[in-house]
Amino acid sequence: MTKIHVTTTVNGDETEFLCDPRETLLDVLRDRLNLTGAKEGCGTGDCGACSVTMEGRLVCSCLVLGAEAEGKDIATVEGIADGDTLHPLQRKFIEHAALQCGICTPGILVAAKSLLEKNPDPSETEVRYWLAGNLCRCTGYDKIIRAVMDAATEMREAS
Amino acid sequence: MALDDRKSDFTFIGTRPDRPDGLDKVTGRAKFGADAVAPGMLFGAIVRSPHAHARIVKIDTSKAEAMKGVKAVVTRADFATGLTGEFWNVQENVMAGDTALYDGHAVAAVAANSALDARDAAKLIEIEYEVLPHVTDVDKAMEADAPVIRDGTADGSVPEGMHPNVVRYHESGHGDVAAGFAAADLVIEDSFKTEATHQGYIEPHACLASLGADGKGELWCTTQGHWYAQKHCAALLGIETSQLRVTASEIGGGFGGKTTVFIEPVALALSRKANRPVKMVMSRSEVLRATGPTSSTSMDVKIGMTKDGTITAAEGVFRLQGGAFPGAPMEFTAMCAFAPYALENVRQVGYDVIANRPKQAAYRAPGSPMAAFAVESVIDLLCQQLDLDPVEVRLKNASKKGTKASYGPRFDDIGLVECLEAARDHPHYSAQLEQGQGRGISCGFWFNHGGETSVSLALSEDGTVQVSVGTPDIGGSRASMALMASETLGIPYENIRVTIADTATLGYNDVSHGSRVTYASGLATIKAAQAAIAEMCKRAAAKWGIPEDAVKWEDGCAVPSGPNAGDFEPLAMADITADMGATGGPISGHFEATPEGAGVSFGVHIVDAQVDPETGKTSIPRYTVIQDAGKAIHPAYVEGQFQGGAAQGIGWALNEEYVYGEDGRLQNAVFLDYRIPVASDLPMIDTVIVEVPNPGHPYGVRGVGETGIVPPLAAIANAVSRAAGVRMFELPMSPPRILAALKADG
Ligand code: FES
Ligand code: FES
Repeated sequence: MTKIHVTTTVNGDETEFLCDPRETLLDVLRDRLNLTGAKEGCGTGDCGACSVTMEGRLVCSCLVLGAEAEGKDIATVEGIADGDTLHPLQRKFIEHAALQCGICTPGILVAAKSLLEKNPDPSETEVRYWLAGNLCRCTGYDKIIRAVMDAATEMREAS
Repeated sequence: MALDDRKSDFTFIGTRPDRPDGLDKVTGRAKFGADAVAPGMLFGAIVRSPHAHARIVKIDTSKAEAMKGVKAVVTRADFATGLTGEFWNVQENVMAGDTALYDGHAVAAVAANSALDARDAAKLIEIEYEVLPHVTDVDKAMEADAPVIRDGTADGSVPEGMHPNVVRYHESGHGDVAAGFAAADLVIEDSFKTEATHQGYIEPHACLASLGADGKGELWCTTQGHWYAQKHCAALLGIETSQLRVTASEIGGGFGGKTTVFIEPVALALSRKANRPVKMVMSRSEVLRATGPTSSTSMDVKIGMTKDGTITAAEGVFRLQGGAFPGAPMEFTAMCAFAPYALENVRQVGYDVIANRPKQAAYRAPGSPMAAFAVESVIDLLCQQLDLDPVEVRLKNASKKGTKASYGPRFDDIGLVECLEAARDHPHYSAQLEQGQGRGISCGFWFNHGGETSVSLALSEDGTVQVSVGTPDIGGSRASMALMASETLGIPYENIRVTIADTATLGYNDVSHGSRVTYASGLATIKAAQAAIAEMCKRAAAKWGIPEDAVKWEDGCAVPSGPNAGDFEPLAMADITADMGATGGPISGHFEATPEGAGVSFGVHIVDAQVDPETGKTSIPRYTVIQDAGKAIHPAYVEGQFQGGAAQGIGWALNEEYVYGEDGRLQNAVFLDYRIPVASDLPMIDTVIVEVPNPGHPYGVRGVGETGIVPPLAAIANAVSRAAGVRMFELPMSPPRILAALKADG
């Protein structure tokens, strides 16, 4: 099958790739661009492990075609830290033991970051509903919610 | 302090440092099963049976083989022959032989240049089936007219006259139950059913395999036990165990479901045929259709009680359906059922029943949660009818040190009474309930496990330490190993690096299961560190010219003791390691053994449920987990285990279930339909860590991973039944079931 040529921006870097029209953005990120931070937990938009942002909007990259990335701005978990400085969310996840196996963590960090960009002072319920599309089977979410709330507090105090 | 004394004053243990692999896991850098690549790599795909039970008449692979980009096709003919016992069962499950035994059973596989090509090629493999009658329900599978699934599977334990689908039988207990029931003021007997649930790890099975015609291979996979994978893959492929090197990737959850192999032997077979590395990754629906769900169960429980709340006798019959293979953990169900209680008269019976479903795999305290659901529901009914407090009744009957357990042995130090007292005294237990809410409690028990364990600990010249363990880190175990090593050696946590070694670089290790990692790998790490300490003391003694036994180890230093006390300046660890090359060579410590003192585990959960009588929907406004950890090494990860177990239990109790159609096909093989709890379904989950030290571990550790899923099913059923005013006998308590129960109740 003929491949499609796509030019896009990933974590601020201009990037080109060829992809099969059936390949998802998740496939492209993982298999063609070597960005394996986004995970495939379901491939059907139900687990959020593949969360990235496209033009600043939170999306399941397993539900976006690679070809749709043309001309778009994509951000993944690999772009969250600033050089060797972790984002407050990343630090708080480690501090609060908000991950056990860690497979859901990249998607949850991307989703939580996008929440805090929209709503710097979310209530517990708002965090729970925002993250309802990100499955975690290990933690029972308790420490995840606390880590997000704590990061939000720290970020508000710093700004 | 003598090395074999149990320590109780800790410097590092009990603190909450950052986990060593934290940075990797928050930056996306950690490499999980599907994240590996190899030069020249192919992608594999599996063809699965759409039938619950069918004879495989013919497999035509010619069209697939002719497709461009296809490099290999394999069927059962490409695997070893003549296997017996569990190897044979695993092989039958990994790739069907003559018969497809369940919807989703692997029948053939293909490797191609890309994942898309492999998927297309799989569709070109033509399989002719002769559909056979099937059965998926546990009770139906035992009925006289049920289709016989694999005749001759039953072992000698099964009583005569049972259907051939009953393949194993268990019976245990003590005392005289008939006399016990006669002495009761009230006897309640009820029947219960639970559906199968899936472990639901978010990372699907994934591997990268490379095997040559010379019988030498490499396997990278997400697994709870890479030595298990090594042994089973080697057997299924007919190669020598040591010729296959297996590396465990980071693991994205397992909960028991990654204690066996599925795609790994298939990827190796494809690789051998194509002479190229092959990557395989399961889709979610493959995970749900073909990997380990739990057993489904049907249970009868009868308990007698006096008016003051003393249990006089207890009896249970537990029927577990574990798929088309023997091995449903019915003996665990039976043995765990009444373990929390000191009973003079108790009897439990288990049946292992096969049906046309995937081979069950372990799921967190396998078999125990279902038993607790039935037993603790009956106890709650007795409390309701005799007007007794549920915690007081459990305290009155609780097992303690010296109790003869329902399953045989006498308990050593255990923490059930302490957990129940903590429950009684917890503000949650006395908090006011709101309109429409009910409160439930339940005890839970799990055996815990030791298992074969090897650990190697090597000192570096700069006084830092590398610890190699063989148990994959599923939930922060690198941190607990590093804490135990730093406590033993008396050096900072940060100076220790813990690595999960591959099968070629360390002795055999049993799977990360049975809540054994912190206990057994921890004990092994401590013993290995003590061996290194003994060697360091020897080096110091030689340097000082005093006897070895005149040197003791204190706060990370060798110190002269006894008559030589104060004669020499203490030698810090880094001083000893700096010139170890010249004083006798590299220093390391090892441990290889099968620790037997795992120490059983008890927990108690308190839960409030709110039931909406209009919709039948249940919400959980408050949840508290109380469990004995022996000694919590890293309390944050202990709490995490408690919370995770509770959350999985909430899913099992309220929502999760395998739904099979009349056609024997799984109806809900995606996360949208097999819905696990999401953040907005759950409250914060409060935790209380009780610490009654395990005498079998130098620092008192008991495993904590599994017990947390035992009480929720019953605790929630008790809360829901009290909230709705109608007793629930079947899981999950989904809205339609609750509505039906309310309606039946009028
Ligand atoms: S992999 Fe995209 S939502 Fe699950
Ligand atoms: S930490 Fe394992 S799925 Fe979230």
